[in-house]
Amino acid sequence: MSASTGVATRGPISRMLEREGALAFWLLVPTLVLLTLFIAYPFVRGVWLSLTSSVVGVPGEYVGLKNFAKIWNDSIFRTAALNTFVYTGVTTVFKLALGLWLALLLNRHFRGKAWVRAFILLPFIIPTVLSTLAWKWMFDPTFSVFNWLFWKLSIINARINWLGDPELAMASIMTVNVWRGVPFYAISLLAGLQTINPDLHEAAAIDGANRFQRFWYVTWPLLLPVTMVVVLFSVIQTFADFQLVYVLTGGGPANATHLFATYAYQIGIGTGLLSEGAAISLAMFPALLLVVVFQLWYIRRVENR
Amino acid sequence: MAEFSRRKFLQYSGGLAGILATHQAPVFAQQSTVHWIRWNDFVPASDELLRKSILPEASKALGIKINFETVNANDLQPRITSAIQSGAGPDIVMLNNNHPQLYAASVADVSDVAEAIAKAQGAYYKLARSNTHDGKKFISVPWSVIGGQIAYRKSWFAEVGYDKFPETWEQYRDAGKKLKAKGRPIGQTLGHTFGDSPTFSYPFLWSFGGKEVDEKGKVVLDSKATVESVRFMTAFWKDAHDEGGLAWDDSNNNRAFLSQTICATLNGASIYIESLRKPDQYKTEKGAQLKTDILHAALPKGPAGQFAMHTFHSHVIPAYSKNQKAAKQFLTWMHTPANYEKWFVSQKGFATPPTPVWEKHKMWEEDPVMAPYRVAGRLGLTPGHAGPSDRKAAEVLTKYIITDMYAKAIQGGTPEAAVKWAAGELKSVYG
Repeated sequence: MSASTGVATRGPISRMLEREGALAFWLLVPTLVLLTLFIAYPFVRGVWLSLTSSVVGVPGEYVGLKNFAKIWNDSIFRTAALNTFVYTGVTTVFKLALGLWLALLLNRHFRGKAWVRAFILLPFIIPTVLSTLAWKWMFDPTFSVFNWLFWKLSIINARINWLGDPELAMASIMTVNVWRGVPFYAISLLAGLQTINPDLHEAAAIDGANRFQRFWYVTWPLLLPVTMVVVLFSVIQTFADFQLVYVLTGGGPANATHLFATYAYQIGIGTGLLSEGAAISLAMFPALLLVVVFQLWYIRRVENR
Repeated sequence: MAEFSRRKFLQYSGGLAGILATHQAPVFAQQSTVHWIRWNDFVPASDELLRKSILPEASKALGIKINFETVNANDLQPRITSAIQSGAGPDIVMLNNNHPQLYAASVADVSDVAEAIAKAQGAYYKLARSNTHDGKKFISVPWSVIGGQIAYRKSWFAEVGYDKFPETWEQYRDAGKKLKAKGRPIGQTLGHTFGDSPTFSYPFLWSFGGKEVDEKGKVVLDSKATVESVRFMTAFWKDAHDEGGLAWDDSNNNRAFLSQTICATLNGASIYIESLRKPDQYKTEKGAQLKTDILHAALPKGPAGQFAMHTFHSHVIPAYSKNQKAAKQFLTWMHTPANYEKWFVSQKGFATPPTPVWEKHKMWEEDPVMAPYRVAGRLGLTPGHAGPSDRKAAEVLTKYIITDMYAKAIQGGTPEAAVKWAAGELKSVYG
């Protein structure tokens, strides 16, 4: 077949797809449709809901920022907001520290390395609700295995009220979050560590750098971009955490462990105040946006260095 | 592989086009289907009975297919909320307490069904009507009262000098204090859970003279009586209760009682019924069957009297349902005494019917331990007392404000601050 015949038989679609811009557009269409349907539409709908007086089954009318004003004066909302920041901040620090430590350990050569790496991922793989139910039993007010163990070891003589005491309940949910989140950090940071050229470490060692100096001046700067991405994902997930708190405490005792998501759920679904629930959910947005913008800016800066 | 000819394609696609054009399914698929959703019953035998016997009978009698689904009680609200918002879902939904008031605008008027039952059986208990009537019509068909009584260990209370169950909160506190000293505290939840928390905290408040609102709906919670009730509760909790109760749900007290770590708990008889079901599994410390050492009593009296609030169940038919007629037919059939009786008897007194006529049923004579539940429906008040049990009362209930008022004070801070906080929350609801 001659080249001229090929051009003559080519249809309009083929001709259009030959243009790079058009081809890119059509390749992006499925993603755009999915993002619009499942991200953009619910988000816009959520924003609209928060500006109305909608309750379950009643569309309501536009009320401006009234719902936001109402939740601003709501003491439980303020507790939930503070809890969310504390919960995210504390767990992120622990997850990062433990995850990095674990990644550094896993980066060494030892027997059964593949098995250990696979097992490390277990907390992350098991469905959250399932593993949290197991934790709920371990923190059970009456049958806690921790209490039993501490009592057998003569460490305590009265039961520890893991989920019934406000501070302990917060500590308990944070512990479970850290347990669940560390594998994600460890495996992601391990992947980052493995991209660092061992020659750099050798060169630093020849120059007389000790183990800490090699970590601080070689490993850490090279690992930073990966770390920032991992922290970014983790902060977003932790900030919007729901399942763990819902299963362990339901926001109790006396609202002491409510996060944005659990309180939004209680108000929106439990009490049927959909617009107020949407407003509580959206209150997360500015904080998350700031975190995302800062981290993306920082990552770009580090990469352009 | 079988050939899919052009002729076959036309047959199938033509048939489908016909269905779409006429909005009419083929004749063989036209039997009405009613999707009924209820909680996982604390008496599992009743769910079994519905599945294996009662519902097949209903299908046969009415020509209606019934899809029966059970979920955790705390998941009923998420289900109805998403169903109403999406306009599709179950045709009949069981709801707790006065929760139907939250969905009044989105459920069918079921006055015809409810009024007919009331007329045939005399009348509903006041609490049944309050929970399901919006002032103009029935928005839900009353189903049953889950009587809340204190299940207690007869021998343990006798050991500390209470051969009869304490009549007042003071006496109950005294008994609880002595029993807690022996490692046998009272068990009670003040957590975020639909049943045992509010059915304890609301009557406790009323028995001291505290109220959320007055008859006109004005918030009157911040009163001397309420502060006194909170003050009493904080000491009572420390002196006599298992302090883990702040994190309990509706099943923790069952497990704690059956494993003999608590001496008493407010319960809907499921503990006793479980001990009847497995008499050789649950034994006292002396080796006797646990069921022989359990008795039931009403919540004690306070300075303002003796009160109760029972978990209440009713069924709504969401307005989106296209099978409302069949759903009403089915509910009418279920409430026909001969049919309802089978379910009622299987409950062994855990559920009390919503009309007083059932107090005379011979089932109540079978077991004297269950006798206090017989009249549970007479004594109960509803959330929002002394005002109506309306949407606002349901909002306060689902936000756990009254329960949290006590829980907050127990955690620290003054009773006055806890009451002030709760009154503020109530004002934001009632306006």
